[in-house]
This record gives sequence, structure tokens and C-alpha cells, in this order.
Amino acid sequence: MHEKFVEPQEQGSSDIAARQAWMAVLAETSSEKLKAAWNEIDVADKPAVENLRTPERGLVMVRGRAAGIGERFNLGEMTVTRSAVRMGDGTTGVAYVGGRDADHALIAATVDAMMQSETHRPSAEEAIVKPLEADLNAVKTTSAQKTAATKVNFFTMVRSRDGK
Amino acid sequence: MSSTLSLSDVKPGFANPVLDSQSTFRQVLDALCRPGSVRTLSLDDHPEGVGQAMGAIALTLFDYDTPIWMSEGSANEAVAQWLRFHCNCPMTSQPGEAAFALCTKPDQAPSLSSFAQGDTKYPDRSTTLIYEVDAITGGDTITLHGPGIESTVTIAPQGLPTDFWSQWDENAGQFQLGVDVLLTAGNQLLGLPRTSRRVAN
Repeated sequence: MHEKFVEPQEQGSSDIAARQAWMAVLAETSSEKLKAAWNEIDVADKPAVENLRTPERGLVMVRGRAAGIGERFNLGEMTVTRSAVRMGDGTTGVAYVGGRDADHALIAATVDAMMQSETHRPSAEEAIVKPLEADLNAVKTTSAQKTAATKVNFFTMVRSRDGK
Repeated sequence: MSSTLSLSDVKPGFANPVLDSQSTFRQVLDALCRPGSVRTLSLDDHPEGVGQAMGAIALTLFDYDTPIWMSEGSANEAVAQWLRFHCNCPMTSQPGEAAFALCTKPDQAPSLSSFAQGDTKYPDRSTTLIYEVDAITGGDTITLHGPGIESTVTIAPQGLPTDFWSQWDENAGQFQLGVDVLLTAGNQLLGLPRTSRRVAN
């Protein structure tokens, strides 16, 4: 039996899922767009953060499963930059982003921390996460539509002996 | 092992990981090359129970490949979480499996011979012990000789277990096997490689 690769369901899993969703948005967005959105935020709304882990670059082994359910195999190594920050009230934010951009990781970690705090969430959500999510979805939809237009279906004709 | 890591209390690591760990490595290397010389290490913020020098050594040398043993007194949750977050190192309760041992209460530490001694093919696979002593100077005078020491050198650390030096004689006597010791007190470091032998007084 192949077990499907799913995240274990824990208490508060909807909170975890929501956090995973915004962390994915922050990581997948291009660093230019994230920085542009970050610069839109009023300086007064940006919290002071302490670097728990100064942005650092490294490699992670990306593993896959054939068709999503097969044996695990190593797909290849990928450059990632990770960062962890803590705001004054003890809320921590972490980020793992692809590539070598330290600022991207730092902003993503800071926004992750802001999204978990009542006071900073509105500005982070309105100015950064929601527009970037819409932007990502638009890109994904366009790409899916372009791909769908080139889809070819293969049929196998069954030869019948009776009709001969 | 799958307990959740709470980040809200974890102390930060090196401010500048690359340069800070390189300079710490150099200091540790020098401390072991020149036994008896006192080195100064620095680390801005560190959990309670771990000194500046001990913390800097941990951040520099520990990683996922090095099982860490901690003495009872230092096996507190804050230190373990700090090490887990910054070094990603496994913890072990077996002194014989440890690559490094953190002894913040030297008088409660097990004997040197209970740690990994290395084997004849790989004598480097022994435990390196890090003792947080009361002070690097001001204790009973010990005279050492060996590689890296021109003739003899005297050290006087305070707060080592009373039978430490007889254990050390045994440790030095089984060269090439044996453990290496780093003595730390606050931000100071003194290296005690297994090649340093005590001169009988």
C-alpha cells in the first residue's frame, strides 16, 4: 500500500493551513514584487524585528514521488535562503525562499510575523499578502489556460472483429 | 523528538554567522595548538547556563553530524532548544556516543573514560569535552608539557573536579586514544589537547 503524502492533521490545522498559504505566497512571489509591496507600507506600520537567524543561504534536497504516490526519489538540490525574526512582543516569523536573495527572505519572515499579530495583520494582509496572492493566481490561471489550449487527447481505437 | 520548537524564547545566534564562526574556529584551533594560552571569544547573546565562549564554540562546531551530550545541570530546555534551532544537532544521553560534551557543572560530570575514546583506526572519533569552569586562572598550579609547548607551561584553572588531573594522566597515558578538553570561563578559552601531559610536581 502506498500512503498518500499528506500533512498530519493536528488541532488548529486551519490556522496552520492559513499560515502555510500566506507563507507560500510570500515565497513564490518574485522578490521585486515583494519588495515593491513592502515599500508601499508606511514606515510606522513596520515593526522592529530582531534577527533570530540572520538570512543565510544553503541547499536543500528536493524530493519527489513518481505520480505523487510512488517511491521517494531525490529530484535535485535547490538553493534556498532562510531567515527567522522576532518582533518585540515575542511573535516569530520564519521564511524559506528559493534563490539567493537575503532581503526577500527577511521581508517574507517579517511579514509572516506581522500576519500572526493582531496589530500588524491588517496592514500586512491588505498591502502585501492579498494583492500578491491575486497576482500569483492570475499568473497561474493564465499559464494553465495557455497549457490547456495545447492539450492533446489520445484515444485508443478498439478493433472489432464482429464488424468484418 | 518531534516536539514543537517554540521560537518565542530562543536566543539569537551569531550576528554575522560566517565571520564570527570563522574567527571562533581560528581561536579554538590556536587554543589547541598552543596549550596553556588563554583565548578570548565573544558572543552577544546566549542562553542562561552557557557562557560566551562555550556558546560561540557550540555555534561554530556543532551540526547535524555531531551528537551532543549535556551534563544534568546544563540539560535545560532553553539550551537544548537553542542548540536545536541554531546547530540542528542531535542530543544523546550516552556519553560514549557524543562527539561533544557540554559540562556546565564539571564536578557532576562523569569520568573522562566514560566518553568516546576513539578507536585505533580513527582516534579522532573521540568526544571533545567543553567544561565551564569557575575561572581560567587562580586555582592550583598545574605544569604541562607536550607538542605546542616550548618547554613547560603552567595553568591554574579553578572549579575542576578534584580527581580531574589523575583522570587526565590516564587519558594522556593512552595516547593516541583519548578525549580532548576545552576549558571555558565566561569569554575565555583554554585548550587541553590529549597530547599535553602533566609534569609531576
